[in-house]
Amino acid sequence: MTESKETKETLHTLTVNPIDCAGHGVCAELLPELISVDEWGYPIVDPRPVPPQLDREARRAVAACPALALKLTRR
Amino acid sequence: MTTTVNEPATRQTATLPRLLPAAPEDLRRHLARYGPTPYRGQAGLLIGDIEASGLTGRGGAAFPVYRKLAIVAQARGRKVVVANGAESEPASRKDEVLLRAAPNLVLDGLQLAAEATGATEAHLYTHHGATPEILRALAERAAAGLDPVRVTITQAPPRFLAGQESALVNRLGGGPARPTFGPPRVTERGLHGAPTLVQNVETLAHLALIARYGPRWFRAAGTSAEPGSMLATVYSPGGKCRVIETEIGAPLNTLLSSGPETRAWLVGGYHGTWLPLPQPAALTPDALTPDALTPDALAPGALTLDNGTLRKYGAAAGAGVLAALPSDRCGLAEAARVVGYLAAESAGQCGPCLNGLPRIAAALAELAGPRPRRPVRADIERWAGLVEGRGACHHPDGTVRFVRSALTVFASELSWHEKGRCSATSRRPFLPLPDGIPTSEDDWT
Amino acid sequence: MSGATAFWYASRATGIVALLLLTAVLVLGVLVNRQGRLPGLPRFAVTSLHRNLSLLSVAFITVHVLTAVLDTFVSIPATAGVVPFVSGYERFWLGLGAISFDLMLAMIVTSLLRGRLNRLLWRAIHLLAYLSWPVAFAHSIGSSNDLQHGWLLYLAVGCALVVVAATGWRLAQAARQVPRAARVAAVFAQHTAADNQQTDNQPTGRTRETV
Repeated sequence: MTESKETKETLHTLTVNPIDCAGHGVCAELLPELISVDEWGYPIVDPRPVPPQLDREARRAVAACPALALKLTRR
Repeated sequence: MTTTVNEPATRQTATLPRLLPAAPEDLRRHLARYGPTPYRGQAGLLIGDIEASGLTGRGGAAFPVYRKLAIVAQARGRKVVVANGAESEPASRKDEVLLRAAPNLVLDGLQLAAEATGATEAHLYTHHGATPEILRALAERAAAGLDPVRVTITQAPPRFLAGQESALVNRLGGGPARPTFGPPRVTERGLHGAPTLVQNVETLAHLALIARYGPRWFRAAGTSAEPGSMLATVYSPGGKCRVIETEIGAPLNTLLSSGPETRAWLVGGYHGTWLPLPQPAALTPDALTPDALTPDALAPGALTLDNGTLRKYGAAAGAGVLAALPSDRCGLAEAARVVGYLAAESAGQCGPCLNGLPRIAAALAELAGPRPRRPVRADIERWAGLVEGRGACHHPDGTVRFVRSALTVFASELSWHEKGRCSATSRRPFLPLPDGIPTSEDDWT
Repeated sequence: MSGATAFWYASRATGIVALLLLTAVLVLGVLVNRQGRLPGLPRFAVTSLHRNLSLLSVAFITVHVLTAVLDTFVSIPATAGVVPFVSGYERFWLGLGAISFDLMLAMIVTSLLRGRLNRLLWRAIHLLAYLSWPVAFAHSIGSSNDLQHGWLLYLAVGCALVVVAATGWRLAQAARQVPRAARVAAVFAQHTAADNQQTDNQPTGRTRETV
C-alpha cells in the first residue's frame, strides 16, 4: 500500500440517475460505506466527496451497475 | 368560480396595472398603447437592461432572467426560445388570463428574447393550445411583418409536470412530457440538442415592457431585492377566484382575507406552503424557524409577497397562487385531496417518487378521516425524508413541503381527528383539481 | 474419423464447452434483468458472473476457431471465425457460427463502451443475444456429427430447453410488466388494498428495464 502522493484536489462524488436506476442494489453491496438502500430497494447515496481510500471501490461500483445509473462526477 | 381581468392591487401606486389591460387588446390597440416592438437590431444588446432590471422568472423558480439569456446568447450554433404557458399548476389562471388579454405583450417578449439570444426557432407552449386570441394575434402580427422568427404553437398535455423545463423540451421534441435527469440543463442542451431558453409567458411580458421603458421604470415597483410586479391567482374563502397584478412585497393581508371566515393560507400553489393566519401578537419573524411555525406565531403585516420574507417561513411565492382556506373546511381533507392528485401526477420514472408519493397520499387520506392509526403520522415523515431530493425533478420535494406545512398548520385538526371528530362543517372541496388521472401513454402527450 | 488430430479434438471440445457457457450467460442475463439472485451469492455475483462468463465464452470460441483453422484434416480459412460462408468445409453451418460470433462481439464491444453509447442502441444490440444463441445452437448441431446422437445430443437439447424456458419466462415477465403510465396507479391500488400494513411483502413499484 503506497501512500507516496497525497490526494490531488480533484474530489469525486457519486450520483445516481434516478430515472435509469432500477433498484438492483449492486452498488450498495459493493460500497456499503457510502451507499445504502431504502425500503423500496433504491440507493441512498452519500452526497459528500468520496474518500480517497474508497476511490477504487467506488469505481468498481460504478462499473458494476447493471443499469449504468451510478456515476462518479468530478466536483 | 369567476375570473376577472385587471383587478388592481389595493395598494395605490401609479405604476400598476402594467401587464393586464382593462379589456383584451388586439394588435392595433396594443401598438397604440405601447408602440412598436423595440428591437435592438443585434443579439445580446437587451441583456444588460434585463440584468439591471433584476427581472426574475415568474413561472415559479424565480431564476434571474438575464443569466439564462446570457448562457443561451453565448452558446454557438442553433438556438431555441420557448414561451412557457403550460400553467400546469391547476390553481393558477394567470398565464391563461394574460394570453387572452395581452397576447401581443407575450409575443413581443418572445421575439425580443429570440433576438437577444440569437435564436432562430420560437415556440409557444400553452395549456389550451392555439386559442382564438393567440391565433388572431399571430395572424395580425404576420400581416404586419412584426415577427422575425416564426412561432410554433404546441398544446401542453394537462399534466402537473408538463411545464417543467426538461419535460417541456421532451414534449416539443415529440416525446412525452416527462422530465429527464440533468446535467446538462436545457440552456446548454435542450430541444434537439440546441441551447434552449424557456421562460414563463408572464416573464416575457415583463421583458417586453422593460425593453420599452427601461430597468429604472421596472424597479419603480416592488422591492429592491425583488423588483417589479407579478400576477397572482387569488382564492377567497367565498370561492371567488381573481387574477390580480400586484407589486412584489405587498402585505399578504391586503391580498388574502384573514378574518374569522378564513382558517389558513396557502402560498405558492400545490408545491407551496400552508401558513397559519397572522395573530395580533407582536412576534417577529426572526423568532421563528419554519419548523416551529405555530398558529399563534405570525404578526399581521409581517408576511409580504416576496421570497425574501416568505423564505423565513419556509414558503415561496412560486407562480403566485394564493388561497385563503375557509374556516368551515377541513385543512387535512383539502391537503389530502391535493396530495392524492400530486401523487397521481408523478411521472413514475424514479423509484422513490413512484413508491413514496402514493404512500404519503394514502396516509394523508387516512389522517383526513376519523381515528387514523397511530403510526401513520410517523410513516408520512419517514417517507417524506426518503423522497426528498431523490427524484430527477423537484416534484417530490415540492410535494413534501406542501405535506409538512399542512401537518404543522393543521396539527390541532389532527388531534380532533384522533378523537373521531372534525372541526369542519362542510365537506365541499375547495381547492381546484382536474378530473381524471393519467392512465396511458397518450395522457403524457 | 481417421487423421483426426489433437487440434480437431480441441476444437470440438471447446465448442461444446462454449455452448454450455453461452447457455449459462443467457440465463444469467435474464437473471440480471429480473434482479434475480443466485442462492447464497451476493447480488453483484449475478452481474459479475454474467459478464465474466461472456468473456470466457469468447476465449473458448477463439480457441475453438483457431484449433479448427490449424487442423489440417479439413481446410478452413483463418477468417472463417468472423466472416460467414468463406469456408470450403461445411460452408453453411460454419457460416452460422461466424454470424453468431459476430453478434456476440457486437454485444461485448457495445457493453464495454456502454457509457458512451445511446442507451437504446446498447439495448437493441444486447437483445441480439436471443438471436445469437439459436444461431450458435444450429451451428453446433449442423457442423459436426458429435451433437447429433448420444449423450452430447441430450446435452445440446438440454441447453436448448433451458434457453427456451428462460426466454419464455422473460417474455412472460415483459407481458406482465405494468406500463409506465400505469405504474403510479398500480402502487396506489396495491398499497391501499394491502390495508396499510407495513410488511416486507409490500409490493414495490419497479422502474426501468435494462434488457
